[in-house]
Amino acid sequence: MAIWLSRLAVDRWRLVEACKPGEGADAEPTVLISETAHGPRIEAANDAGLAAGARPGMRLADARALCPGLKTAPSDPPGDRAFLETLALWAQQWGPWSALDEPDGLLVDVSAVAHLFGGEARLLADAQAAFVRRGLTARLAIAPTAGAAWALAHFGPERAILDPPRDGEGDHAEHGGGGLPHTPRLAESPLRQPCGLPPPRPGEDMLADLPVAALRLGDDELTVLRRLGLKRIGQLGEIGRDALHRRFRSRSPEANPLLRLDQLLGRVAEPLLPVVATPDPLVQRRLMEPIRHRQLLDQVLADLAADMARELESKARGARRLELGLWRVDGEVIVRSLEFAGATRDPAHIARLFAGKLDDVDAGFGIELLRLRAPWTEALALAQGDFERRQSEGTSLAECIDRLTVRLGEKAVRRPVIHASHIPERAQRWQAPLASEPASQGQLAFHQRPLKLLDRAEQIAVLYATPDGFPQRFRWRGQVHDVARVEGPERIAPEWWREKSTTRLRDYYRIEDDEGRRYWIYRHGLAGDGRGGAPDWFLQGLCA
Amino acid sequence: MDLSAFLKAGELAPLGESMPRWRPGLGAARHSEVFASGREASGAAAALALALDETAGRLDERSVLWVQDAAALKLGGRPYRPGLPEQLRHRLIHVVAKKAEDLLFALEEGLRCRDFAFVIGELAGNPKALDLTSSRRLGLDTERYGVPLMIVRLDAGRDLSSARMRWQVRSAPSAASRWNAFAPGAPAWHAELFRARTHAPGEWILRDDGHGLAADRLAATQRTEPPDHGDLAVAAGSRSLAAG
Repeated sequence: MAIWLSRLAVDRWRLVEACKPGEGADAEPTVLISETAHGPRIEAANDAGLAAGARPGMRLADARALCPGLKTAPSDPPGDRAFLETLALWAQQWGPWSALDEPDGLLVDVSAVAHLFGGEARLLADAQAAFVRRGLTARLAIAPTAGAAWALAHFGPERAILDPPRDGEGDHAEHGGGGLPHTPRLAESPLRQPCGLPPPRPGEDMLADLPVAALRLGDDELTVLRRLGLKRIGQLGEIGRDALHRRFRSRSPEANPLLRLDQLLGRVAEPLLPVVATPDPLVQRRLMEPIRHRQLLDQVLADLAADMARELESKARGARRLELGLWRVDGEVIVRSLEFAGATRDPAHIARLFAGKLDDVDAGFGIELLRLRAPWTEALALAQGDFERRQSEGTSLAECIDRLTVRLGEKAVRRPVIHASHIPERAQRWQAPLASEPASQGQLAFHQRPLKLLDRAEQIAVLYATPDGFPQRFRWRGQVHDVARVEGPERIAPEWWREKSTTRLRDYYRIEDDEGRRYWIYRHGLAGDGRGGAPDWFLQGLCA
Repeated sequence: MDLSAFLKAGELAPLGESMPRWRPGLGAARHSEVFASGREASGAAAALALALDETAGRLDERSVLWVQDAAALKLGGRPYRPGLPEQLRHRLIHVVAKKAEDLLFALEEGLRCRDFAFVIGELAGNPKALDLTSSRRLGLDTERYGVPLMIVRLDAGRDLSSARMRWQVRSAPSAASRWNAFAPGAPAWHAELFRARTHAPGEWILRDDGHGLAADRLAATQRTEPPDHGDLAVAAGSRSLAAG
């Protein structure tokens, strides 16, 4: 069964606005827009908007010219997709498997299911009614193949049903008088016999009258077919396979009408990716007596963590994120979430980290329900407990990082990684400590870099022989340093592909003063480079 | 904890004379403090060199925790990966602590973690939170979990501390560069061990000789200045408290 939610974006917008079709906000012409490089573009329009002349794909400015009072709302493709996923799970009430058909369709496998609803027509009526109840516009069709169902849902009659072939019926249809205009040609095609393709099936006439767009082809292929004068699916059969094969050689089905035709007729298998619901591990405790004291809360939390550890262990998974919901007697919900550096299911660790987050919980008249959910889990194999492990052996790295991040914040615990850039402050980036290191080029061994880099290079006053002599003496933070030894300059040009053309180059010097203190300083620009006045000097790094 | 392994205070005074002088590769001190000026990176560099010397000989691929407080970050900047010692570049985990209390917490958690080769804490000045009690707490943790701790004190007075070895470090003129006579060469530091539990004090020039840490001992200079009775608490830090 194919379900086409023809107005998905608009329907969802209307459900969010909580208004019935044609009432409230929906009564005014409204369009859903997305920002593009050429200004806002209309993604979808409601009925009033369509009546006013707005069409999907138009620029908003053009539509405003037609209808000055057009209201806009931002479109939300990720939200639509997430909604479609929940709908796919919901649609499994009509069949055991359902798959997404992006951007606005669903496919449900209803093989051998229809009799439970009293026949295919009743199944469709039931589904149609369910979608109407949810306030969604849907067109439905049932066919033996996903491709045919899709074609009928989009371009066929309302609630079309294409019967599957019964044994032996195909032969009659082949020679039957009321057959298709193209079937005899297909059957006589020389390609057809050696391949051992099955004979054409009844119901193909229903498909043969559909436009070629029902083959789920890309825009380019549709244009080619239109130029060739091929408008109906039936016409494709009339010109022979080899002629089409010469023109469409692509192996991807979207670009090859022959493959799509075979999928439509069930000659080629078309696997679907089913949507399978994976319920998040969830444990909860209802309390007979609402708790108001921290000590009891800690106890219940420890119990919950132990339950969660058992739950995760049974699935051989570890939690990366946990959400704790505390339901108060007066209906308030307090939510605390926790993210781990590595997958874990150690109850003591979980309870300890949550304890640090519960200090500001206001229990009010008491907390009566605690629920712990793990929305993000990772596989974590069952491991045997270490028999000889003592308490004094310390924590693991992931546990330690969890404790640090919970107290100091996500941004405080990081690891430096190399980034591809010449500019020293950009050559290092910071990432989460346990994330894998990005691939990088080898570093040049003859470049000596300082041990520490100041967050902002500090301006210094330097005595040097203009225009580009060695620095001889400089003042930094109120103290004068006499330069004893110097190496340089190492010229680092600005990254012209990302900076303004007036950015000045830098000449770096590694210097040592008379007391042995080593610094990394640079002259910002050259005298007379036309990008400012006399060059400034900066101290950027402290060498070991 | 088994206290019998430690020496009594009375045994220490003669021991200080009889014990060998400190030299690289001894690997004795788990808890050290390095005092340095905030105008140079010599403190962190010498602390890294001493910590690497401590763990030398062991093929160690465990991470290294480097905790800085906000003041130290502002004073001396953050670690820069291309300039770190080669064997540390991919192992560093850096923590920024806003306050000294957070820094002590991070150090303590780092010491309790078995997956750290060593822990470096860098803080500026003499914050109130880092008193003798918290210092002793850190010392006990290092001994219990066996993770060495180096604390770099930038622009700090020599206050009370339970560190086993306390160094005063400043930059020293570097060795001659191999290719360019006018260029700064391999870094060197002047390090004064002014308090240690099992070693006699002394002064060294520390440098990296390509194989590890090398130290050239400087001849003991005669101290002729009169004892300073100004600030007893501060002065106590430079004497050995236990040995009296």
